[in-house]
This record gives sequence, structure tokens and C-alpha cells, in this order.
Amino acid sequence: MICREVVELMTDYLDGALSQEDRARFEDHIAGCNGCTAYLEQLRRTRSVIGRLAAEPVPAGLEAELLSAFRSWRSGPRP
Amino acid sequence: MSRRPDDSDLAALKAGDEAVFQALVQRYHGPLMRLAVGYVRDRSAAEDVVQETWLTCLRSLDRFEGRSSLKTWIFGIALNVARTRRRKDARVLPFASLFRRDDSDSSAPTVDPRRFGSEGKWRTPPDDWSNVPESHVLSRETLDRVRSAIDRLPPRQREVIILRDVAGFDAQAVSAVLAITPENQRVRLHRARAAVRKVLEEYLR
Repeated sequence: MICREVVELMTDYLDGALSQEDRARFEDHIAGCNGCTAYLEQLRRTRSVIGRLAAEPVPAGLEAELLSAFRSWRSGPRP
Repeated sequence: MSRRPDDSDLAALKAGDEAVFQALVQRYHGPLMRLAVGYVRDRSAAEDVVQETWLTCLRSLDRFEGRSSLKTWIFGIALNVARTRRRKDARVLPFASLFRRDDSDSSAPTVDPRRFGSEGKWRTPPDDWSNVPESHVLSRETLDRVRSAIDRLPPRQREVIILRDVAGFDAQAVSAVLAITPENQRVRLHRARAAVRKVLEEYLR
């Protein structure tokens, strides 16, 4: 495996979707390649930064409306 | 996979537990907003989509039997609401904006080929980010750039990366919610992460 190919396999690698054989070749390559090690680390870091976008406060008005809808649902006619 | 972590949430919701409902609304607001923003014109329209999603969930809750996880069900509803909304808006949006190029399923290289030498080895290797302080990576400005990079992705990539990396679904759940093959799921995720990485690389250097 060569760097140009290895970078395209990184998501498969992180997802555990490589065959056992490809995984071994991938890891052999990474072990001896600073560039690909850095790229893999960048992708991991990217993934974790994206994860931070999950935290977003609910606007107070929207939350109040939804809670009010929940209460009407709870007290409404049920099948 | 017999018992899912959100089984108890579903039971509590059906029993009318407001605190559980409120916690779900808060937990999924970020991922739902990101998902919605991709389909509509602005934040206010995206908030409408999120609101309509929850109202639809409430209307359908009694009929939901938990065949999929609660989270998968909620995000499936959100996708429906957002896509319906987009179809309605399509009548007033410029025709061309509906046919933007989408290379989401392409197997073209995700790294600029000029960065590799003739033998396919790095010519311009990526920087080592281990020296970049965490405070910089997680600064408000960095997050804003990442957010807008995701909002600019072609729709098929955007859906996958939001469900995987913002909402935290696993690969299998995303393939199921979007009705795509595991292979397409991985290709789209890879292209999307590579695009966001590139934005970060330009910013963090």
C-alpha cells in the first residue's frame, strides 16, 4: 500500500470495515509513515471537533412551546 | 441487540414523563438543527422543521412500537419533515439551486493529488496537529468554520456526516435511516470528513 491509497481507506479503517488482510497492510504502512499517521490523526481530530456541534441550546421560546405541546398531548384523548 | 439504551425513554415518554421529553429535545437540538439547516433557507425555517419534527413525534408516539430505536425513529421523522419542507420551498427557489453538483458517491481522490509524488508517497505531508492547543481547535471560531463547512456539503454527504459525527449514530443505523448501502454510507462519510478536514487544515496551519 502507498500513501495515496492509504488516505482513501482511513474511514473504512476507523469503522473496522477493512478485511483482516487489508487492515494488517494498512497498519504496517501507518507504523512506518509519519505523513499517514498525521493524516489519520487529523481525521480523528476532525471527527471529534464535529461532535462538538451537537451541543446547541434550545431557544427558550421553542422549548416552552414544545413542553406545552407535550402537556396537551398527555392530557388529550388517547387511542 | 435485544435491549436498547433508549427503551426506557420510550416507556417514560409514553407514560407522559415531561422531564424525559425535555431532555430529548435538548439532547437532539444541535444535530436536528444541523440536519434541518441543510434543507431550508435560514435558521428560523430550520427551527420550524425541528418544531414540526417533535410535534409529528407526539402525534405518532402512541403508534410507535419501538421496532427501531427511539433515536432512529425521531431522526427518520426529521428527515421526512425536512425533505417535505424543501419540496414546498422548491417552488419558490431558483431552479438551478436544486441541481447543484453532488459528487457524494464518487470515488475520486479526497486529497489533492499534487500532494503526492509520482510513486504515490507524500510530497507535502499533512501537519502534525498534536502541537495545536485544544483550546484553539475547540474555539468558537473553529467550530463556526466547521459548522459552515458542513452546511456547504452536498446534501448526501451532509446527511451522513451529521448523523454519524454530530448525532452519534453508528454506520448501520445511518444506512438504515437513509436507506443506502453500507458502502455508500462509508464513501459519503469519507468524502465529508475529508472536506471538513481540509477546511480545518487551512485554518489551523
